[in-house]
Amino acid sequence: MSSGTGVPGGGGGSTVVLGEQDVARALTRIAHEILERNRGGADVVVLGIPTRGVPLAQRLAERLAAVEPGIEAARIVGALDVTMYRDDLAQHPTRAIGRTVEPAAGIDGKVVVLVDDVLFSGRTIRAALDAINDLGRPRAVQLAVLVDRGHRELPIRADYVGKNLPTSTSERVRVLVAEADGSDAVVIEGGA
Amino acid sequence: MRHLLSTADLDTAAAVRVLDTASQMAATQGRQIKKLPTLRGRTVVNLFFEDSTRTRISFETAAKRLSADVINFAAKGSSVSKGESLKDTALTLEAMGADAIVIRHQASGAPHTLAHAGWTNAAVLNAGDGTHQHPTQALLDAFTIRRHLRGTAADPDGVGADLSGLHVAVVGDVLHSRVARSNVDLLHTLGARVTLVAPPTLLPVGIEPWPCAVSYHLDEVLAEEPDAVMMLRVQRERMSTAGGGFFPGPLEYTRLYGLDARRLAMLPEHAIVMHPGPMNRGLEISADAADSPRSVIVEQVANGVAVRMAALYLLLAGDGDVPGTTPTTGGVPALTSPEATR
Repeated sequence: MSSGTGVPGGGGGSTVVLGEQDVARALTRIAHEILERNRGGADVVVLGIPTRGVPLAQRLAERLAAVEPGIEAARIVGALDVTMYRDDLAQHPTRAIGRTVEPAAGIDGKVVVLVDDVLFSGRTIRAALDAINDLGRPRAVQLAVLVDRGHRELPIRADYVGKNLPTSTSERVRVLVAEADGSDAVVIEGGA
Repeated sequence: MRHLLSTADLDTAAAVRVLDTASQMAATQGRQIKKLPTLRGRTVVNLFFEDSTRTRISFETAAKRLSADVINFAAKGSSVSKGESLKDTALTLEAMGADAIVIRHQASGAPHTLAHAGWTNAAVLNAGDGTHQHPTQALLDAFTIRRHLRGTAADPDGVGADLSGLHVAVVGDVLHSRVARSNVDLLHTLGARVTLVAPPTLLPVGIEPWPCAVSYHLDEVLAEEPDAVMMLRVQRERMSTAGGGFFPGPLEYTRLYGLDARRLAMLPEHAIVMHPGPMNRGLEISADAADSPRSVIVEQVANGVAVRMAALYLLLAGDGDVPGTTPTTGGVPALTSPEATR
């Protein structure tokens, strides 16, 4: 999660790897891939993982609704907070708990598409799978991320990827979204 | 926050943070599966030297909903009745690996001693000590007030809001009430105006510096149209004789300080009626008031579980380095997570 400032600061240089147009194109492509993979969007709901995943999920839902007749964006979008399911709670200062909003369409029997900004260790997604388990029983769970930066620590992969971004572990990848940061961008900071 | 001993220790940001966390906890309690794995493997000891039903059950429920192991320890029927000291009890619990100790004690300050005497490394939660403090009760009262008077259609819990501009009347046996003390501190911190209403005999000596107004006349305060009225239980068990010499008789107390149908009608449309329980129906509150639609007394109990889950989460889930009380982190809430944990 980035701190919310639009201009990255601190030590090391920073490179913008995706601009506003790139983010928009990636999300549109992912929306089409979701509909292709699931042969339409009849049972699809999208769950964003706070913080940056929530606006991305909202935009994906709008794109799905724009392409596929019969989908109502407001009914299929939700938020899934995973804080209380994390495996690293005891290693960090206490985290604030985000909001979980179940989509109006529910998740039982649906195809749930989890949406997050960056896929890194995979631990957030593991926590998300546990959190979904307590909410209901979807028919299938798929994963959409804007950036996959590698360095997985668990056997988890994304079904839909905006951009694969090879990074070193010393770099920081920040996703900025207009809803929270004023503009859309993916930025790499620091590193050797 | 290492311990939760007194609401006086909480600043506005920390108090709002507890309420916001409670709001997310409450949301999980409407689900079919109410249990969360958050405190798996942690041990919470309920150490109760004084009788309690709802607080103990509430803490036990909260701990279990977060998957902690709960050990209930009532002084009656334990080694305490054989004369064991608080210190030796604490050392025993420490040896058993307690991560948190929820303590209720008849002596004011017992939780503070337990937390700071070096007997245990566990987080200490004050569940009521003598006539001193009962912080989780005040927090659940504030949570209930915020939900009713600060909630909107889009955000029913009023997340992030404090209670500034609200007027809360706290009526009854202030002298013996730890609930009143906790509420005065917390509601003041959250920006609300508090008026204590009680007969002079049921007000403690030295009340002047408290951050609240004091009145002897309930009708005058109700005419000011408070947003919430909190009735306190007349704690007859802490009075030596039936009335204890604090007031001439129950009937006079009811006439002057009881909340009945007439006084209920004086309240503004939006005002809520609260009581920490257990109620003396017919003494400080009439059945009309207790069962009226604006009474939120049952809801207070439900909110108690969410608030205690929040307190346990904030004290136990992190690595102990909690912002808010540790000045090194600049008082910024732990909203940002390290990048390496995605």
